[in-house]
Amino acid sequence: MATQQEHKFKVIGTRPIRHDGVDKVTGRAQYGADISLAGLLHGKVLRSPHAHARIKSIDTSAAKALPGVKAVITAQDFPEIGPGMAAMGELPINPQHLSLNCIARDKVLYDGHVVAAVAALSPHIAEEATKLIKVDYEVLPHVQDVVEAMDDKAPILIPGLGKGDDGEPTDTNVANHIQFARGDLAAGFAAAEVVIEREFDTSMVHQGYIEPHNAVAQYSSDGQSTIWVSTQGAFTARDQTAFVLDMPPSKIKVIPAEIGGGFGGKIPIYYEPIALMLSKHTGKPVKMVMSRADVLKATGPTPGSHIKVKMGADKDGKITAAEVWMAYEAGGFPGSPVGAGCMCVIAPYDIENLKIDGYDVLVNKPKTAAYRAPGATNAAMGSETVLDEIAERLGIDPLEIRRINGAKEGTAQPAGPKFGQIGFLETLEAAQNSDHFKSELPQVEGRRVGRGLASGFWFNAGFQSSATVAINSDGTANVVTGSTDIGGTRTSCAMIAAEVLGLKAEEVHPVVADTESIGHTDMTGGSRVTFATGTAVYEAAQDVLNQLKGRAAKSWKVDADKVAFQDGVFTCTENGAESMSLKELAGKLPRTGGPVAGRASVNPRGVGPGFATHVVDVAVDEETGKVDVLRYTAVQDVGKAVHPSYVEGQMQGGVAQGVGWALNEEYVYGEDGCMQNTGFLDYRMPTCLDLPMIETVLVEVPNPGHPVGVRGVGEVPIVPPPAAIANAIYNATGVRMLDLPMSPPRVTKAILEKNG
Amino acid sequence: MHELNYEAPTSLDQAISVLAAAGENGRMLAGGTDLIIQMRAGVRQPGQVIDAKKVPELQALSFEAQTGLRLGAARACCDIIADATVQQHYPGLVEAAGLIGSDQILARASVGGNVCNGSPAADTTPALIALGAVCHIAGPNGTREVAVEDFVTAPGQTVLAPNELLVAFQVPAPQGQAADCYQRFIPRNEMDIAVVGVGSCVALDGDTCTAARIGLGAVAARPLLAKEAGDALVGKTLDDAAIEAAAQLAQQAASPISDMRGTAEFRTHLVGVLTRRTLKAAAARAR
Amino acid sequence: MKKVYVQTTINGEETEFLCEPRQSLLEVLRDVVGYTGTKEGCLTGDCGACSVILDGRPTDSCLVLGVEAEGKDITTVEGLADGDALHPLQKKFLEHAALQCGICTPGFLVTSKALLDRNPNPTEHEIRYALAGNLCRCTGYDKIVRAVQDAAAEMQGR
Repeated sequence: MATQQEHKFKVIGTRPIRHDGVDKVTGRAQYGADISLAGLLHGKVLRSPHAHARIKSIDTSAAKALPGVKAVITAQDFPEIGPGMAAMGELPINPQHLSLNCIARDKVLYDGHVVAAVAALSPHIAEEATKLIKVDYEVLPHVQDVVEAMDDKAPILIPGLGKGDDGEPTDTNVANHIQFARGDLAAGFAAAEVVIEREFDTSMVHQGYIEPHNAVAQYSSDGQSTIWVSTQGAFTARDQTAFVLDMPPSKIKVIPAEIGGGFGGKIPIYYEPIALMLSKHTGKPVKMVMSRADVLKATGPTPGSHIKVKMGADKDGKITAAEVWMAYEAGGFPGSPVGAGCMCVIAPYDIENLKIDGYDVLVNKPKTAAYRAPGATNAAMGSETVLDEIAERLGIDPLEIRRINGAKEGTAQPAGPKFGQIGFLETLEAAQNSDHFKSELPQVEGRRVGRGLASGFWFNAGFQSSATVAINSDGTANVVTGSTDIGGTRTSCAMIAAEVLGLKAEEVHPVVADTESIGHTDMTGGSRVTFATGTAVYEAAQDVLNQLKGRAAKSWKVDADKVAFQDGVFTCTENGAESMSLKELAGKLPRTGGPVAGRASVNPRGVGPGFATHVVDVAVDEETGKVDVLRYTAVQDVGKAVHPSYVEGQMQGGVAQGVGWALNEEYVYGEDGCMQNTGFLDYRMPTCLDLPMIETVLVEVPNPGHPVGVRGVGEVPIVPPPAAIANAIYNATGVRMLDLPMSPPRVTKAILEKNG
Repeated sequence: MHELNYEAPTSLDQAISVLAAAGENGRMLAGGTDLIIQMRAGVRQPGQVIDAKKVPELQALSFEAQTGLRLGAARACCDIIADATVQQHYPGLVEAAGLIGSDQILARASVGGNVCNGSPAADTTPALIALGAVCHIAGPNGTREVAVEDFVTAPGQTVLAPNELLVAFQVPAPQGQAADCYQRFIPRNEMDIAVVGVGSCVALDGDTCTAARIGLGAVAARPLLAKEAGDALVGKTLDDAAIEAAAQLAQQAASPISDMRGTAEFRTHLVGVLTRRTLKAAAARAR
Repeated sequence: MKKVYVQTTINGEETEFLCEPRQSLLEVLRDVVGYTGTKEGCLTGDCGACSVILDGRPTDSCLVLGVEAEGKDITTVEGLADGDALHPLQKKFLEHAALQCGICTPGFLVTSKALLDRNPNPTEHEIRYALAGNLCRCTGYDKIVRAVQDAAAEMQGR
């Protein structure tokens, strides 16, 4: 499959203007909340004010009586979904939990859990109506700390979640336990010159996409329903909605609107089934848009965690053993990304003796969802700071200790499989050669400055994708995929087709289709779109090319294998004289057998993992604990960069989110179990003024499993920042920060304690 | 949002009569950057919203060497911070007014609105307290004056009767070698509410401090004048020892709570840090 | 609720509309007048996605009542281009890849225009300060700041 080495690209690696760009700078692009339909009603929901409570009764009569209200619904209006697992694409899913997370039936499990919904003539009327719904709750004790939730005496969120030795259901909040182990841990630690053991607490954090969740739904009396929504996956939204409403997926068409950020948080559904049910009850289209408070309180943030890391190394810096214990907050329903955390935590290193335990634990917080390299960032905060401490104790440079232990082709991952061609060591070398690494630390008056380094890993994903490519009569092409475009993947897919067909990027028109207009395509996530959908586009374009060769052969009356194609021109290898450009041939299609379109549906397995190494300089105000990022360089093995600007953008965006996670972002809950910082004022994401320019170094070790060498790029850049910043704070102040966020009160406290 | 009526009076008399007619149900709307958020959240639900921005007296922005600055309650912060005279005489007020929010917020928000919102963490209130500013209040029964440090009574509460409105602030002119400074601590570099805010104003005669006022924000149920801390500096040279002593008195004046923005312990610590920093900066400006 | 008649100028066009006093300018622009380029991100003035230029000043339209727009001059993202000729900021945002998902882009463009209108030659710090009321979660701001710098240079003929 690999042809990239000998191939010199003409389009791939360039920086064309993105195809949807003009629409997005002129305000024309239609996001979910921009959709309007005749007779549109507006939906709002009533949410639980309690972290854990039993619903005794709901009285909707006063709300129904408010003028302008068209429907009020509760869980009783939805089908009751039974227990058990189902498959959504390749991923397991629990339809009952999904349904109960969309709208609570008997119990609310977190502050903000939906209990009822209203459709009305205006959003204001709908909102006023929700205030008239009376819910009688029996408030239950709640548990929000992940370690407390594992205790036998903790309040139980979902009874019968566990399984006893006798196979009978047991009451526990531990939904899952994962373990990877190999080698001889005791012998490994015994062989160590230095052993460091630390415990870490990290807070729940949110993806923080700027566009709130939305959905517009139209139920049709013939049973065929349509949903317009900003989602990471039209097919996954369709299939999940079908599970919740107990409908055949084929009865639902999801039309993906433009999406204003997702980062994993717009893979689950929230309002889709509610809007559709309100539409069914009213016969009118219904639009629902979340408030920012609702987004923070009750969508899918990524877990807080409690992590223990014990690592030993011999005097040469070789890691002799590593033991990791991680408990992740699942939220109200099972499904934290602790498994991914276990796969990633020490994956950059070749470690013979290891044991990794991961626990998925229910707590009275919103059900967590994926967030950019889900599970890996918390984990790296532990492992990458402990490694830094070991390096310091051994007097080895932090970059050198990573090189000594660094994974390469053939190294076994913690989960077992061996790495193929990877570029971790190359990121270390590029970091060492970067301007930043070679520069002196900048000095800031009245501040302590320090430099830190950390690495990260994300395995990237494949999954299913479909694409069609059609040739227009003017010699341009249309590319249709089912992957919603969050960060420029329309253009990366178009560029791959353009490369194959000898066209310019702007001669390929990419379209993101609805669920009835393209073959099944899994969600935009796992850094998979340019890899997997890109593979489908590549193969569909090859299909087109082969058909065109056949047409050229037909017009020249030779066999198809006698036609060559280069730089947009077909030539006949039989008699040399005959040649025809793709454009000329495109104009002749009606007379050579009709239109030409190619298609491909793939489930590619040649996923190329991603590694990153980051370098950061910080300034610490020792009196206030405030940490400013002075300089940041992100080095990453990106595989072949199709559109380098958007690859850099993924890296810069990941860094910015990682900096927020490191310094200020956290979910703050009160004694009552309710979230307190439900807005962007107090859920503090970095502003423009909180970040420097973010330097990027693209290391391009091609992925042999992809036709043009693509690896995923979107996720791994969020993994190193918290650890890199923690290491920089240590370098500046001599204080080891063990908890996230490393907010000013915590840094001040640590510095005051150190100074006595 | 609840249903409401909107009026935009164009004279002070008109504003007073609309407000009087609305009674408890009325609320003045200046920039709206607090009120509209509160109405959306259901925290305040006035049936009658009265736009303050078209009343000329509430838009005042003028300086006289004797009487100082007349600052209309509804005048937008962006105008105040861009005014060369205000910049020259009240750099601390400019710092405070410029911190209220983004450029988008500063285009609407007013100092009067910031103070009337009654937040203990308002940025301009400690700055005005340090400057010795006075609130000019009008109502159906005439006008009255209240020192800024006495204006806010509790979180979200002020001395204003339901039928009264804040017209303007009178900010005394700096006398001799005098200057002010406002600093706050926030976790980011913009867009946050003060964890602690401190405004300091000092007057010097050579190296000797002749007057000092220190205003504190976000360390009690309302913005405070740390009177003992300021008084302790009078007659002293503003050296490190004198400043440290004042900072400790300011810390004693503070009675902060622990909330999501900071613990009581951290806030008390910050009062010391920011009192030292603002006193040094104000003294440097005065010299 | 009785609606109020409001006369205003939007993107250079005299515009009249009816709205409830409780409707924000953002809601009016999007749902009454149809300028959906102005986005809703937080409704608390913290994200800047709803930024418009109101009488020359960048303003969060979520924190202005529609009725307050009486007699005002409003520019939204739809008013930046001159016919089909993009504003230099729009061109530079595209050239620099200064957008990923694009939801914050209208707000950044509008705020950047207001900045360059009053400060045609801003420093990097001035740009970052002026844009601090606009949140972007995709780009890390790097390419946005560069696009504004480049647009300023082009508009200055440099």
